[in-house]
Amino acid sequence: MSHGHEAVAVGPYAMVAEFLEAHELVSAAEAAKNAGYKRMDAYSPFPIHGLSDAIGFQDKKIPWIVFAGGVIGALTGYSLQYYVAVFDNSFNVGGKPLNSLPAFIPITFECTVLFAAFGAFFGMLALNGLPKPYHSIFNAPGFDRASHDRFFLAIEATDEKYDADSVKTFLEGLKPVSVNEVEP
Amino acid sequence: MPKQPLNDVMITGQQTYKSLDDSISSLILDQKRHKKPWWVMFALGVSLLGLLGASVTWLLYQGIGIWGNNIPVSWSFDIVNFVWWIGIGHAGTLISAILLLLRQSWRNSINRFAEAMTVFAVMCAGMFPLLHTGRPWVAAYWLLPYPNIMAMWPQFRSPLMWDVFAVSTYLTVSVLFWFMGLIPDLATLRDRATNKLAKVGLGIASMGWRGSNQHWHRYEQSYLLLAGLSTPLVLSVHSIVSFDFAVSIVPGWNVTVFPPYFVAGAVFAGFAMVMTFAIPIRKLYGLQDLITDRHLDWMAKILLATGLIVFYGYVLEAFYAWYSGNVFEWNNTYYRRFVGPYAWAFWSLILCNGIIPQLFWFPWARRNTFTLLFVCTSVSIGMWLERFVIIPMSLTSNYLPSSDKMYYPTFWDFGMYIGTIGLFITLMFLFMRFLPIINMFEMKDLLHKINHALQKHDEPHAEEASVGGGE
Repeated sequence: MSHGHEAVAVGPYAMVAEFLEAHELVSAAEAAKNAGYKRMDAYSPFPIHGLSDAIGFQDKKIPWIVFAGGVIGALTGYSLQYYVAVFDNSFNVGGKPLNSLPAFIPITFECTVLFAAFGAFFGMLALNGLPKPYHSIFNAPGFDRASHDRFFLAIEATDEKYDADSVKTFLEGLKPVSVNEVEP
Repeated sequence: MPKQPLNDVMITGQQTYKSLDDSISSLILDQKRHKKPWWVMFALGVSLLGLLGASVTWLLYQGIGIWGNNIPVSWSFDIVNFVWWIGIGHAGTLISAILLLLRQSWRNSINRFAEAMTVFAVMCAGMFPLLHTGRPWVAAYWLLPYPNIMAMWPQFRSPLMWDVFAVSTYLTVSVLFWFMGLIPDLATLRDRATNKLAKVGLGIASMGWRGSNQHWHRYEQSYLLLAGLSTPLVLSVHSIVSFDFAVSIVPGWNVTVFPPYFVAGAVFAGFAMVMTFAIPIRKLYGLQDLITDRHLDWMAKILLATGLIVFYGYVLEAFYAWYSGNVFEWNNTYYRRFVGPYAWAFWSLILCNGIIPQLFWFPWARRNTFTLLFVCTSVSIGMWLERFVIIPMSLTSNYLPSSDKMYYPTFWDFGMYIGTIGLFITLMFLFMRFLPIINMFEMKDLLHKINHALQKHDEPHAEEASVGGGE
């Protein structure tokens, strides 16, 4: 802005409706899906069963990331021991084979779990785009209660059906506590 | 007991999302709630922490000769305390992971607390193997496999190396699991905090969590998978710890029942420690509606069950020492445990772990604060004695008569042990003051489910939409 650029006209981020109860949010999300809205998200203080189905959101990447982490971990753990025991430090201990498979299992197992857990934790963060200290939804009035005791449904402006007046009328028909257009 | 949806009463009193959040988050946001008892415990923790500092400093300056360890008793308090602490940590993972997979939703009010205990207990445990090397700064190449100019590698066929991997993986995964559970709660606190500094700190720690459905969707998948990974992990950790002994040929150590019996013992000790902390804290901070008498009752039952498994382990150990026909095993069991200079330790162990917990067969004992604390303390002592009986006592006699030698701990042995208890107390009480000790979002989820179930199955009583609360 003060860098000599023209101020860019930015549209709203979303139309946000606030609800009192979890089941109201689920039925509102369902209604919005049936009304043909696609780009929307719901916000709640705790995970709500059936909300993803109501919105039509599905993501199965995490299990695959965890699986990949486990495979990489197992290979890392075993090949580390194999390399050290067979090539780099090949001592004959009590006539045991250099590649002592049974004795190498515990560390292979631990590495599998460790890398899979990294996959679960960092995969979740990455897919959710965290850490992200600023997000437009935080501008919604009363949004500090989204982590406390209120439930929010946001229909985003990027939705092809988005039109401020019609979205507002639609959301108001769902009996929310409030409906607000939110700036980015 | 009358059948109710979702197992009895897990939250009592008239609760709303707001009242749940208030009773938990005010412990952090309203620092005035921490009164004299907190300061007394914190001061106790810090002064014992000072003892730890002195013990470690003297140890590093003088070497491990300040301990009572000798040859043949080269492992003693250092390893006893290590195993004891690791075991205490196991209850946290059991509560947070295994009970989650078994859909025991009563765990929701104790899991955060128990997970913190896991992390702190593993930290205390980790100090011993590091410091018992005497020179922890060179222990890096003894413990960690990294290419170095001496061209030396650790021995991967040794259970001691397995232990390094097991314990460090366990600590890392426990921290991840704990922190992941904390993220949504930190976001709740961020939104409720009024203090500027707290707001910024919590804002950074919660990483911009906004409770979006997409967040929760991936969060739940990932949390469940972490629980699924932690379950075999926790079983492997204490199994591997027991391999440190079971894989050797020392009489009294070379026992195949060790892995399952060590795991059961770990859960046994851990639940005792969870209750030892939970009982005074729920009283001090008025959390009886969230950690109810029913919770303590359930924990006491788990304690009883795991105690019986442990006791079965003692019986089997003695039986096989005799039945194997191995004269060294039997001599060790008979002359070092049943009779002889250390018999007091063995019989106190049987009293503490085998006999006193049987009180929990009686419902009144599971509901009385005094008996609960009495049994839990006796189990903590008993589990320490168990490791003492197994580790140094077995080493005081082996195949050669010349190896018969007594073991006497010194002041510094006790100093370091009590010092780590100080570290644990300090960390627990800091945790209580600065992080939510009960998982807020899971409690709200539970409340939502209970209300939902009441409305569904209990039509005639729908007007009392609260959460039970009778009893």
